Amino acid sequence: MIEFTFWDILRNLLLATRWTILLSLIAFVGGATVGLLLTFMRLSSNRWLQRLTSLYVDLFQGTPLLMQLFLIFFGAAAMGHQISAWLAASIALTLFTSAFLCDIWRGCLEAVAKGQWHASQVLGMNYFQTMRHVILPQALRLSIPPTVGFSVQVIKGTALASIIGFVELTKAGTMLNNATFEPFTIFALVALLYFALCYPLSCYARYLEKKLYDAGLR
Amino acid sequence: MTLVCVDNVHKAFGDLEVLKGINLSVAQGEVVAIIGRSGSGKSTLLRCLNQLEKHDSGQITIADKKLDAASMSPKELSENVGMVFQSFNLFPHKTVGENVCLAPIVVRGEGKADVEKIAHEVLEKVGLSDKYDAYPAQLSGGQQQRVAIARALAMRPKVMLCDEVTSALDPELVGEVLRVLETLAAEGMTLILVTHEMSFARDVADRVVFMHEGRIHEEGAPGELFAAPQTAELKQFISAVL
Repeated sequence: MIEFTFWDILRNLLLATRWTILLSLIAFVGGATVGLLLTFMRLSSNRWLQRLTSLYVDLFQGTPLLMQLFLIFFGAAAMGHQISAWLAASIALTLFTSAFLCDIWRGCLEAVAKGQWHASQVLGMNYFQTMRHVILPQALRLSIPPTVGFSVQVIKGTALASIIGFVELTKAGTMLNNATFEPFTIFALVALLYFALCYPLSCYARYLEKKLYDAGLR
Repeated sequence: MTLVCVDNVHKAFGDLEVLKGINLSVAQGEVVAIIGRSGSGKSTLLRCLNQLEKHDSGQITIADKKLDAASMSPKELSENVGMVFQSFNLFPHKTVGENVCLAPIVVRGEGKADVEKIAHEVLEKVGLSDKYDAYPAQLSGGQQQRVAIARALAMRPKVMLCDEVTSALDPELVGEVLRVLETLAAEGMTLILVTHEMSFARDVADRVVFMHEGRIHEEGAPGELFAAPQTAELKQFISAVL
């Protein structure tokens, strides 16, 4: 049997953290892209597009992320497409993230005071001019703190990808534990590493929120 | 010369009839104050004049052009009618100068240099030329409202609508805004104001219109109207507010 020193464990966990970070980035970038598309679909005047988007958001917010992962991973296999854990996790996390970001961003757009629309209309601006010059810049500022805050949820969400066999931080911890039987040390380290990723983001979100508050936009 | 003509205008929100046939004509350069209890339809009438609310029936013309989507584009409407709101509605993410310049550049497609010159002029007129680069949040309520007036003026409208423009202000800031409006009136700007400032209505308006339950109940020169109200409703209103 191979002996693992503390440093071996830590080194392996740190190596696996790379994949957690990469998966988080994929989920966040993918989720933001799809989420942006969904936000505009939801804002459109087409009632069917609105309903479809609401249904999508409710569906992904109302089911556990783990079930979404399972359905995509095993669903694809059942339909004859064997997909990697990588791909399944990327798709599931992207869809999950997009549903939440769509909701966050819609809220930010609606949070811009109605009077801003009236003032723009009275000045002769059309819908797109108003969006571009008045509403979006304000909504963007409002959206940064909750968006950064939500990225913490995405990072923690990647832990579920371990269940379909994707070797990221949590899965690496489980594997190391199987070899060393030192669960407390290992999972304490795993938790610390997640915390090291998430805590700076939480602080940053709080800082942004304070900055926004000081700017008098709330 | 008649600038604004309102002919038998009706407006209902669901079952609630807010305007029950309004007839009003305002001459070029005239200052008309609309008074009345809350719920009497004053603000709705004003909002119909720039189509923030679409009237159900009747006709509104401005400078002999019908006011509806078919005959007047939003751009054209904004060049005819300016509006100042009770809650200022300045764009908080833009400086005072940018607030004033935005619509002339974006809507009228004017050159930046020309618009900035106009912006300096209108801000000078409201006494805020030194605040060009300030953000709205750095200004007092009275200053913000004066910026809102300057922003409306920059579009060079033919008529200005003022919807209770001093109601959100601290009492000591009301005067500076009213003085700006007085200057505009003296320069010949056509003004239609919904107001609770009875002394302002009396001193500055050429005509006072009293609205009651969706109709124009009484109108006339401010001196006569306030001194000798003809109807019981106006008598009651005047005794309540003065």
